[in-house]
Amino acid sequence: MTRHLVLVGTRKGLFILSADKARSRWAIAGPHFLGEAVHHAVLDPRDGRTLLAAVKTGHLGPTVFRSADAGKRWKEAARPPAFAKAPAGEGDSVDHVFWLTPGHVSERGRWYAGTSPQGLFASDDGGLTWSGVDGFNAHPDRRKWIGGLQDAPPGGGTLHSIHVDPFDPDHLYIGMSTGGVFESRDRGATWTPLNAGVAADFLPDPDGAYGHDPHCLRVHPRTRDVVYHQNHCGIYRLERAQDRWTRIGASMPREIGDIGFPLVLHPRDPKTLWVFPMDGRTVWPRVPVDGKPAVYATRDAGKSWRRLDNGLPGAQAWFTVKRQAMAADALDPVGLYFGTTNGEVWSSFDEGASWNCLCLHLPEIFSVETAASR
Amino acid sequence: MRVLLPSPLADYTAHRREVEANGATLDELFDDLDRRYPGLRFRVIDEQDAIRPHIKIFVNRVQAAGVERRLAPTDEVLVVAALSGG
Repeated sequence: MTRHLVLVGTRKGLFILSADKARSRWAIAGPHFLGEAVHHAVLDPRDGRTLLAAVKTGHLGPTVFRSADAGKRWKEAARPPAFAKAPAGEGDSVDHVFWLTPGHVSERGRWYAGTSPQGLFASDDGGLTWSGVDGFNAHPDRRKWIGGLQDAPPGGGTLHSIHVDPFDPDHLYIGMSTGGVFESRDRGATWTPLNAGVAADFLPDPDGAYGHDPHCLRVHPRTRDVVYHQNHCGIYRLERAQDRWTRIGASMPREIGDIGFPLVLHPRDPKTLWVFPMDGRTVWPRVPVDGKPAVYATRDAGKSWRRLDNGLPGAQAWFTVKRQAMAADALDPVGLYFGTTNGEVWSSFDEGASWNCLCLHLPEIFSVETAASR
Repeated sequence: MRVLLPSPLADYTAHRREVEANGATLDELFDDLDRRYPGLRFRVIDEQDAIRPHIKIFVNRVQAAGVERRLAPTDEVLVVAALSGG
């Protein structure tokens, strides 16, 4: 029987929420990997059973765990993502695996992983062994793209938002904080910056080709060339014909702004998406504006936005929703889920019109993904 | 030689905190440990062969600076994982 899953990666383990298709009765399983940071957990939509988790234990090195039965039993990767050995003082070391993405539907067993510091890795055996994507990791300009320690966020620079074009398995998108959005048309052998039109208020050259800070990039699963992203400097839609981004966040209410971390697409309608604005004023508190959390939705590709806060706390709520901690399911109407830094999972089963708290008191939530297990 | 391991590595050794392994250097010792307990080395030593931050390795109670430290069969190796964090 198909179960509807919400995979919640936290600072202290992985929790799996499950429900039937009606989404009316929920159960919680876990924690898996108690005490270990789970930055991301993703179920393979190609088989509905293979579940990968990016895990880091305290001060031990990072790894990936794999389950072939949707989380009942786990096995560690025989060769986790790791950079190539380099001469002393020149090589990078993976601090943690930050992002996991299944490959194209035509490539069973193919997965991609993004790391901190920014590295791209691939597996062709369902996550058991990983190799570096040398076209990126060994690119002579990689150091320039990602900058130095002073360019990285406090938790370290990350390679995230790995997307495989649903219409072309060789076409890859990545986001890097910092570094910007890049794409490859040849399965990762060569890369091109894709940041034209994106603001970079924090750079001396605001029109530079790279060095931007995309927080969350999404590629539409059913409609060719529909790409959006939430950036450190606004919300954008990519106009593929010109390879130039348009700041659709400019139409957000001025008092809210268009700063945030996650961005979620409607699985069928390419003009509908949801964001979770954060306070990006002055010292960047990164909390709901005025302590009043709200999701904002557009149904017209960013021309207009609507506030959706029915059921959410009306005041004094100061959590953050991280970039990988908001997701949509594929049901009709679409279910939306977000996890907070204070361990709450919120859900909406009417595309954001009303919100309910699914669970409380989890550890700090890093990631939320939906899946259908078989 | 005798190798003492911290609790975070217990899952690799079926919860044995004291194990035997061989090697003429720490590098070789951790290769041998990885053969016996797959995955253990990478949790302690990174891909550039550096001992990970907040991990300390002592040989006969003297801290080793790196994996090139030479070993004798009678040495005792102690791995310590700092308990900092929250």
